Amino acid sequence: MSARNEEYDFKWCPGCGDFGVRRALEWALEAYDAKHEQKHSMNVVVAGIGCSGNMVHLLEGEQPFGLHGIHGRTLPLAFGVKMARPELNTVVVAGDGDFLSIGGEHIAPQAARNLDIACVIMDNGVYGLTKGQSSPTTKFGVKTSSTPHGKIESEVFPLKLYMSLGVSFIASHYSSKPKELAKLIGQAMEHRGFAIVHVQSPCTTYNDNYDQLKGDPKKGIAPLVWDIPADHDPSSHQAAEDILNRPGIPIGIIYKGDAPSLEDRQNEIRSKVKARTPEQLLETYAL
Amino acid sequence: MQSHDFVIRFAGDGGQGVVTSADAFARTAAQVGYHVQTFSTFPSQILGGPTMSQVRISTNPVLSPGDQVDILVAFNEDAYKFHSPDLRKGGVIIYNAEQFQLPTGGSSFGIKVDEMAKTTGNARASNMVVIGAVAVLIEMPLDYIEAYVKARFTRGRAEDAGIIESNIKAIRLGAEAGKGSGFHVGELAPPNPPKHKQIMITGNAAVALGAAAAGLEFYAGYPISPATTVLVWMENNLIGKGKFVYQVSSEIEAIGALIGAGFSGKKAMTATAGPGLSLMSEGLGLAWMAEIPCVVVDVQRGGPATGLPTKTEQSDLLACMHPAHGDVKLPVIAPGSVEECFYAGAMALNWAERYQGPVIVISEFQIAERTQNIPRPDLGKLAIENRRTYSPNGNGQQDGFKRYSDWFGGEEMLPMPVPGGPGAYVANGSEHDEIGDTTHLPQHHVRLTERRFAKVKLLSDGAFEAEHTDAPALIMPWGSGKGSGYEAYLQLRKQGIDVGWAYTMFLNPLPEKLLALLRSKDLIIVPELNYQGQWSGLLRWQNVRAESITQFTGLPFKTGELTQRLAARLSQRREAKVHA
Repeated sequence: MSARNEEYDFKWCPGCGDFGVRRALEWALEAYDAKHEQKHSMNVVVAGIGCSGNMVHLLEGEQPFGLHGIHGRTLPLAFGVKMARPELNTVVVAGDGDFLSIGGEHIAPQAARNLDIACVIMDNGVYGLTKGQSSPTTKFGVKTSSTPHGKIESEVFPLKLYMSLGVSFIASHYSSKPKELAKLIGQAMEHRGFAIVHVQSPCTTYNDNYDQLKGDPKKGIAPLVWDIPADHDPSSHQAAEDILNRPGIPIGIIYKGDAPSLEDRQNEIRSKVKARTPEQLLETYAL
Repeated sequence: MQSHDFVIRFAGDGGQGVVTSADAFARTAAQVGYHVQTFSTFPSQILGGPTMSQVRISTNPVLSPGDQVDILVAFNEDAYKFHSPDLRKGGVIIYNAEQFQLPTGGSSFGIKVDEMAKTTGNARASNMVVIGAVAVLIEMPLDYIEAYVKARFTRGRAEDAGIIESNIKAIRLGAEAGKGSGFHVGELAPPNPPKHKQIMITGNAAVALGAAAAGLEFYAGYPISPATTVLVWMENNLIGKGKFVYQVSSEIEAIGALIGAGFSGKKAMTATAGPGLSLMSEGLGLAWMAEIPCVVVDVQRGGPATGLPTKTEQSDLLACMHPAHGDVKLPVIAPGSVEECFYAGAMALNWAERYQGPVIVISEFQIAERTQNIPRPDLGKLAIENRRTYSPNGNGQQDGFKRYSDWFGGEEMLPMPVPGGPGAYVANGSEHDEIGDTTHLPQHHVRLTERRFAKVKLLSDGAFEAEHTDAPALIMPWGSGKGSGYEAYLQLRKQGIDVGWAYTMFLNPLPEKLLALLRSKDLIIVPELNYQGQWSGLLRWQNVRAESITQFTGLPFKTGELTQRLAARLSQRREAKVHA
């Protein structure tokens, strides 16, 4: 059940981080509409499979267009949407399992093209919808239903992965501060290129790590998250690498490059090629 | 006596000029009004390896590659050994005497092809030496070849005249060698040029051109034999405002991109072969489930897995019609000739727009790579269909339109909202309600499963061929089986065997009237190039008494063999009737 559809039969668990991400996304889309004086239907939300993908059905208020596809394929779908209609504001919402495991093969090509979309990745370190199996960001040694004796694989570090693949806008945040997150998502939408906002969005049922993220002085837990200093230069590759080499989870914009987007490259190269009509093409085969 | 039909086969290693010789000979003949068809096989490697390319030249339209070889041009000894058994009695072998020697007194003679070409001052004219020798053996006027050379090499460059002169010298040297051999294969009857305008094109180029003519806007593909030439064609030609073409990172990405583009309102297509089709399986299920128009061309090769990448087979039919898990049966168009490839490309886009879903064109190696002269399509008469898009009275406001509401038939689909316009919904691969939100309620799964199958019926008005339908049994090939199948059918009729003919390129849904005809017959015989008899199986599922005559060699049917097998099956049937 959702606010707009009482027949819809999916819900997030109480306290799920995705609630905060939803609010942030709604605000970011509204702000984008206002800034660009566009109709809300110019937004397309491409959703992965998993708890986070249900975002596209749970958005409240006026609806954007949605594409809720198959597991791991948000990026191919978003690539099709964006290059078919470059004027559409295309946003991917997916989780760590969808985006980094089954869909991991699609990140490098989009980074190489610098596809102009914004991705909001909700990382809860677990497969929640299938009830608690290990995901790429589950830590080494952790016991889950599919790793009953402890996880054997090393964990993936998504921000370092994005950096090494050449993603042109990399930001990191967590779900408890939707206003700040909305601002980051907005900047990702404005960025002309491939933008990823990686969000720590805890699963209260299978991997409740709110305390670790935010820290709890009463329990003597130091926070994992730390604010990126105001003097950080996100256009500097080296500065971004330095941020990523520090322990914990940096909050803010880590890297922002200025490579041309796929659409810009496309226009640059193909505008020089003379277009021929079907009749002219047919004529080249004339006997 | 004059002959109306010759088969010339060129064979050797890749890089020896096998394909270029065949192509030049085919174009020479087509330019003066003969009908031609080429057929080639080559290994899956960049250079070298056993390659053959044959040209069938005729005064009548050519339906199949031809069974027996009249002239074999062997560029090396392996080619001679492998291909000489296909030479008909009275046929002649021309071999490259620089590579090997054959004893005199047989039906062969050698030419030092490269040495001869060098004496013209143009070492690259060796193809013309060969063609000159071939022409003499069938009494083809050398003027024809010279006219081709002039047309081919007149490119407005200073060196044109020299190139033309050396090539003409090469033709004459080859012709002298042919004459000197004392051999004679036959006398080619003069051409009977068709009155209509013609084009000369391959099947893959035809399917690409057909799609472009029907308004293709978006192409995403991944290189794979034998579909790569479609991607290359698109990269060169799908250019201009609102058009997009891209070599993507995999077939999984290709189908995803098509769905994204189709969802956004564009006409989108890809071309692939068996392994790529397998990777598109889940995506095609999504396109069916979410009702997104898009077209996938599967150019069949031998399978499964990597299979036989450069051989021909019709073994992807089940995979094309039922590519995905769950209740899915996709519309399938199977062109049976180069000409049909053009219309299949165009019709597939129309179908996708009309029924709002994925459509498969199932082509095949031997059609895709074949060059043929065909009637020039009249683009002015080509019907182009565009999907109905949703726009409520132009006020542009959301008005609660429900894309996935009930639809169980009618003249056309309900309109489809596109991003930027009104009627926002979620195109959903999970079962959904009217606005596309996920639901597991039985009534929605029943309602939408029925809707997805009902709308395929909008496509059941396709054209079909039927002859002698009063006969108790019909021959019904599909795809590439059309040419040799029709030749075999004509031979059987000539032998006085009462058998009829049925054919369509629209395999799913079958044209309604054709399906009724097939169901009324005792026996439908399907010649097809696969082990299981896939099309007859699918026909039996639709209550048609069908059985297959199969071949799975990686090669096309030979008309003579097929005629014999069909005759044997039909006489078996008559005997069974007598005993009953």
